[in-house]
Amino acid sequence: MKNKRIVIYVAFGVILLLSPSFLNAYWVDVLNNVGLYTILALSLNIILGHAGLFHMGHAAFYALGAYTTAIINTTYHIPILWLLPVSGLVAGLAALVVARPIIHLRGDYLLIVTIGLVEIIRIALVNNVFGITGGSNGIFGISRPVLLGWKINKPWEFFYLIWGFAAVTIFLFDRLEKSRFGRALNYLREDDVAAEGSGINTAHYKLIAFVIGAFWAGMVGNIFAAKMTIIAPESFNFWESVVLFMIVLLGGRGSIPGVILGSFLVLGLPEIFRQFATARMLIFGAFMVVMMIFRTEGILPPLPRKYPIAKVLGREGSV
Amino acid sequence: MELFIQQLTNGLAVGGIYALIALGYTMVYGVLKLINFAHGDLFTIGAYLGLTLLTTLGLTNYLGPFGVVIVLALMVMGLVAIVGAALERVAYRPLRTSHRLSAVVSALGASIFFQNAVMLIYGARYKVYPHDILPRTAIHVFGLDIPLIRLLILLTSIVMMIGLYLFIQRTKIGTAIRAAAIDQGAAKLMGINVDRVIMIVFLIGPALGGAAGLMVGLYYGQINFTMGWLYGLKAFTAAILGGIGNIPGAMVGGLLLGVIEAMGAAYISIAWKDAIAFCVLILILIVRPTGLLGERVAEKI
Amino acid sequence: MSTLLSLKNLTKRFGGLVAVDHVSFDVETGSIVGLIGPNGAGKTTVFNLITGNYRPDEGEVVFEDRSIKNLPTHQIVSLGISRTFQTIRLFQKLSAIENVLAGCHCRMKAGSLAGMFRPPAQRREERQALETALQELQFVGLHDDAEQLAENLSYGNQRLLEIARALATQPRFIILDEPAGGMNNQETAALIETIRKIRDRGITVLLIEHDMSLVMEACEHLVVIENGAKIAEGTPQAIQNDPKVIEAYLGTDEE
Repeated sequence: MKNKRIVIYVAFGVILLLSPSFLNAYWVDVLNNVGLYTILALSLNIILGHAGLFHMGHAAFYALGAYTTAIINTTYHIPILWLLPVSGLVAGLAALVVARPIIHLRGDYLLIVTIGLVEIIRIALVNNVFGITGGSNGIFGISRPVLLGWKINKPWEFFYLIWGFAAVTIFLFDRLEKSRFGRALNYLREDDVAAEGSGINTAHYKLIAFVIGAFWAGMVGNIFAAKMTIIAPESFNFWESVVLFMIVLLGGRGSIPGVILGSFLVLGLPEIFRQFATARMLIFGAFMVVMMIFRTEGILPPLPRKYPIAKVLGREGSV
Repeated sequence: MELFIQQLTNGLAVGGIYALIALGYTMVYGVLKLINFAHGDLFTIGAYLGLTLLTTLGLTNYLGPFGVVIVLALMVMGLVAIVGAALERVAYRPLRTSHRLSAVVSALGASIFFQNAVMLIYGARYKVYPHDILPRTAIHVFGLDIPLIRLLILLTSIVMMIGLYLFIQRTKIGTAIRAAAIDQGAAKLMGINVDRVIMIVFLIGPALGGAAGLMVGLYYGQINFTMGWLYGLKAFTAAILGGIGNIPGAMVGGLLLGVIEAMGAAYISIAWKDAIAFCVLILILIVRPTGLLGERVAEKI
Repeated sequence: MSTLLSLKNLTKRFGGLVAVDHVSFDVETGSIVGLIGPNGAGKTTVFNLITGNYRPDEGEVVFEDRSIKNLPTHQIVSLGISRTFQTIRLFQKLSAIENVLAGCHCRMKAGSLAGMFRPPAQRREERQALETALQELQFVGLHDDAEQLAENLSYGNQRLLEIARALATQPRFIILDEPAGGMNNQETAALIETIRKIRDRGITVLLIEHDMSLVMEACEHLVVIENGAKIAEGTPQAIQNDPKVIEAYLGTDEE
């Protein structure tokens, strides 16, 4: 069973890695978007999937990262990839400031507040706040990233940048969810009174979950800005947050393979349904309802963590 | 002062519409703890059904303006109620025992489905309501001209809210709804048919939402297939503001949100109208985490 | 013998109801103390006041000569007080071993970055925690169920798992809220042994229990409360013969 999974993952990885060689530019660009949403959804998964916080405003942090990059790059001409951590920091700091007073809100109250956040940010961007966001036209003329002297320009070049970043994210987040930190998030999701009663500072962990999620979303914003070279508020509206929310829940809360699959389905299916033209979103909506009825925990729910129990018990037995 | 009163009445009229939609959110939430994200689209369906009935039935040939609106409202409410009950049966009932978030995704899927169904049937462009249904006269109050339709909207929504309140408080079914909202298990043990209660909630909520859709069509004169998102979001905000699950809370929250928006638009900035509303919401929730009228229950440990 | 925990005039009101009414008592280091009283007397509320789940309206909670009444719960746990819950509060969808690892959490240090980059200290700490958690499971006799989901354990075993989780925080003081609730006679007898073993590890025990055979057999000292107020305190023998206690219990038709 476990081996079968690994075989599937490896095969999937290899096909994905080679895909720019047999796909045209349009489909490579679709995969690029899937990649960006995969990273975004993985970062939301920490907050929504692991910590169980109803956060439907993730596009707000994504927007902050993209605008940070766009503003600094177009004003001071600092190379894009240098701004990657800067964008993450700005979004992470914003999360720290914003989340602190609202983190104690329960379920649906938190949901509407996070929706409010994304709307406030979008409106601020549209209204050209501080005169630096370019209003509803946004910002254009963002430069392309240069990685080790190679200018990233074409879709296939972005493909490897985006999916390389996704691979690093998957690697780090997989470790994170199997650590003390990841467990703490699951404890407070299951029962925050019991978690606190077991000695876990639940408010702190909720906050850090937000900060890490926002930090990553900010970095994705950076790559998005470089890929588009022009950004506008409408790329970061409430609907984007809803899409991310759906990816995590459809794929499987707290499951990295689930979230990746979710991104492919939510972004890819409407592309595949293109033959149905205007009815594609209708079919997609029905698909989501049916999917949730038959796979209520998502398509690929997380597997339980494994611990080397036999090994430890064996050693103790011998002592 | 004139601006203030104009904005106040306008805010109350829009707030009344928000409140009617918010009632659907809050009632469903009360019994199922589910945010029915498709509710805003039921409101849209109400607006479009109203338009269709208005242009095809030719009611204006037989009835006066108020007769037309009353007959139309009843038909729209009945039809949207059926859609609502069907939605519950298909998309929510199979998920009743699963995790709350699963039902949220189902609701989002249903919302996408409805929105696109409306678009496929009616097209993506704005649709215009006939503007001669209700007399476009103004009423003189304290030396001010206030549009008649605005007062009618406000009056209608208040009548409906009072009606609903009495229904919930005074009737046997209303008592059953309240009981199911407090504890479904106990309600079942007391012989209440919870399935039926949920169905009734999914008839009443969408009916009110559909009525609100018709009112928006009549008030603003034009409708669009995506408008359910914005109104739904506003109404959900209103329900949370009042304390979700709490019926008077939805009414207060809706009216308050309408007035806040109108005042914010008039006195601060129209471009920031929606942001102001959300800021007020966030501030209120920081001070009162369960909304204005929401119960502050200490969790039993 | 020194005093480990001391409650002084502890009072908690919910609206007009006085749930805990100027309750004072001391818990000696190394003892097993029972808090008893009729249903609704305010026993669990006293526990919640000690562990910081509720804030007292009046009075003091002193643990090892330090006031803890305004500290958050997780900090109280790391100071060395842990608890179980009357209505079992396990992480039902997680395995038994992960439930116990929750208790290890407050004795660990690795943060999110260490989780991602796994320096040697983090790996060592994880291994250590796993060993501790398995030891605690073994202590309550659940090591064979380490990978079972908590929700699949029997009621009695769920109570034991909660105790293992509480012990994993390495407390000096453990509070057990109706640990025998839902257990059969055999399980209760084993529980009494376990409670004694906990004390023998140097952990002081305070418990609420309705099973009088357990209370009389396991506890060395009893505190009786009724309607939120303390009505008696003493050895089990003294309490059994206290007219006020007999009246309180007969009046409510308890054992």
